[in-house]
Amino acid sequence: MKIALVATCLGDALFPRAPRATVELLERLGHEVVFPADQTCCGQMHVNTGYLDLALPLVRHHVEVFSGAADVAVAPSGSCVGCVRHQHAMVARRGGDEELAQAAEDLAHRTYELSELLVDVLGVTDVGAYYPHRVTYHPTCHSLRMLRVGDKPLRLLREVRGLTLTELPDAEVCCGFGGTFAVKNAETSTAMLADKMANVLSTHSEVCTAGDTSCLMHIGGGLSRLRSGVRTVHLAEILASTADQEVPA
Amino acid sequence: MTTDLGMPTVASDPYGHLRGSESFPVAARRSLADTQLRQNLGHATRTIRAKRAGVVAEVDDWEELRRAGEGVKADVMARLPELLVQFEEAVTARGGVVHWARDAVEANRIVVDLVRGTGVEEVVKVKSMATQETGLNEALGEAGIAALETDLAELIVQLSDDRPSHFLVPAIHRNRSEIRDIFLREMPDVDPELTDEPRLLAMAARAHLRRKFLSARVGISGANFAVADTGTISVVESEGNGRMCLTLPDTLITVMGVEKIVPTWSDLEVFLQLLPRSSTGERMNPYTSTWSGVTPGDGPQTFHVVLLDNGRSNVLASPDGRQALHCIRCSACLNVCPVYERAGGHAYGSVYPGPIGAVLTPQLTGIRGTDDVSASLPYASTLCGACFDACPVRIDIPHLLVQQRAAAVDAHTRPTTQDVAMRAAAAAMSSPGRFSLVERALKLGRLIGRSGRIRSVPGPGAAAWFGARDMPTPPAETFRQWWARTRGPSS
Repeated sequence: MKIALVATCLGDALFPRAPRATVELLERLGHEVVFPADQTCCGQMHVNTGYLDLALPLVRHHVEVFSGAADVAVAPSGSCVGCVRHQHAMVARRGGDEELAQAAEDLAHRTYELSELLVDVLGVTDVGAYYPHRVTYHPTCHSLRMLRVGDKPLRLLREVRGLTLTELPDAEVCCGFGGTFAVKNAETSTAMLADKMANVLSTHSEVCTAGDTSCLMHIGGGLSRLRSGVRTVHLAEILASTADQEVPA
Repeated sequence: MTTDLGMPTVASDPYGHLRGSESFPVAARRSLADTQLRQNLGHATRTIRAKRAGVVAEVDDWEELRRAGEGVKADVMARLPELLVQFEEAVTARGGVVHWARDAVEANRIVVDLVRGTGVEEVVKVKSMATQETGLNEALGEAGIAALETDLAELIVQLSDDRPSHFLVPAIHRNRSEIRDIFLREMPDVDPELTDEPRLLAMAARAHLRRKFLSARVGISGANFAVADTGTISVVESEGNGRMCLTLPDTLITVMGVEKIVPTWSDLEVFLQLLPRSSTGERMNPYTSTWSGVTPGDGPQTFHVVLLDNGRSNVLASPDGRQALHCIRCSACLNVCPVYERAGGHAYGSVYPGPIGAVLTPQLTGIRGTDDVSASLPYASTLCGACFDACPVRIDIPHLLVQQRAAAVDAHTRPTTQDVAMRAAAAAMSSPGRFSLVERALKLGRLIGRSGRIRSVPGPGAAAWFGARDMPTPPAETFRQWWARTRGPSS
């Protein structure tokens, strides 16, 4: 299958391992990945901070770049896919552009979060990965409650050779990131992060994984500040990891 | 209650207790630092969450019930004016008197005049969000009339001169030893040996209240539901204090928001299933009182109902936003909200805290300019979506939060730092060329993060992030550079 990669702005600029791993994984599974180089950002930050007018050109750009790019699009991010699927058409309609809204809806139906693409579209749970570490999984809010990915990421992780999966207490509670919430309400965000980190640490895992680089940036930023010794790794990196080529720690 | 900025005081705000006096982040800072409050709230919300989850899981058709509740409410909002007139006619035909109040000030004036007309100096009250919203107790107090709250938790709040912090459990921020201290300090004739055993605390409150019930001549209530075709009002409560207030006095005055209407009794059935399980985590509500106008020789012989708008027409005017009026005040969204659990109800400033309050309050008051504290409420959420899943009438709170954030931005009367940053980001991200330049600039971060992590950087917003979190050093190679290096020129 020909798959267009939505690298995400954060993934492209700051956390390139997640989109790289997505490419390597999908190619290993025999698919063709294309990277439309004009892509920038889906506009999630603008939408969720209330700047819907400023988000409109970003939505238009995203739809133009991806509409003809491939059969389907994939992003290693639940929240970016959530924005594409549940907010792009709304932003377009609010801006009075019905044609864009319909194009956005068409693209939204063909845009998947990584675990959805693997399990629902490609029909695979064992991706042949090898990752000999103790790992806990944080289900990010937008993948859980916006996209309803359910246990798909866990089903993928359970098939990874060498991986010990630990159960994260209160897993479904938000980590406190929330985009600009993390700075606008930094103290409440930190209070939520403290509980999430305590739960992660209680599992005695080496790695905390999730399907969103943004939430991992927040959780990982806290774990690093505490010098906790636990690292955050995107789900795609674990799934891309093999016995021959393990993801560097 | 005034603010540092000399903003309008509560008394001069026609909306009553909706607009707070400080923004959410400022108020939350105080509550986040209160370790006792954090423990009380964490314990209480955890307990209610577990109880609710248990009884909701028992119901096979819970999702259908939610959809039924949503459907009834959407229908009510679509024809609210006609249903209200129908309700008025039915109440009047059954011997009640209907009053219409534009805002909190008008509602309070109507009630104060009615109570003055009876000549009493003390009234008993059933727990009511509508009268909390209008600030009725203060208005009565100014008229020399004492309003006694008879719900146990409201009584605790009233005795300690505090503010409620939750719809259902207004004293959720208190634990039992704090309550014991309040009773010992404020309750006349209380046993000085009172302990913090819940049963004994309830007995003390019961003895205190019983004397008041038996002498009360005027009762004041809110309403959970009002049936349009029969003019019936329903109050749902757990302690029986409501039943006392609704049946013993000669005069009963009910203040209800106009959105409380349901068309028929069979619609009520849906909500009497949804509400107790969502609210107290009970299968069935203990005391459900219903009355229609006046029944000669039985119960209050004079009945008034005040229909309160107080901004609701503004909310109704928004096709999307009006779903906030579907709320049945169960408080399930508060109990599941990780922000509410940590910041507590007082941080929201409004009588309506939590996720629903964050979307209802700014719609009721409207957002006035850049510095309106109500504008901070829709940002008091991570958009995690737990509230939508818990809502018994499926209010899409995350969507409304985004909508109200947009309303807050639209209300800016001067550009803020955030406006400038967002415009710059949008400009950078709407062009692939400019986005690449930003990526190159980010690499300067490698100079300050040689150890692999960055502990702080200058700039607006940075201090807020770096207060508790590091950032990784920007990568040596962006994704698109890796792609170009390994795959050649891109598609």
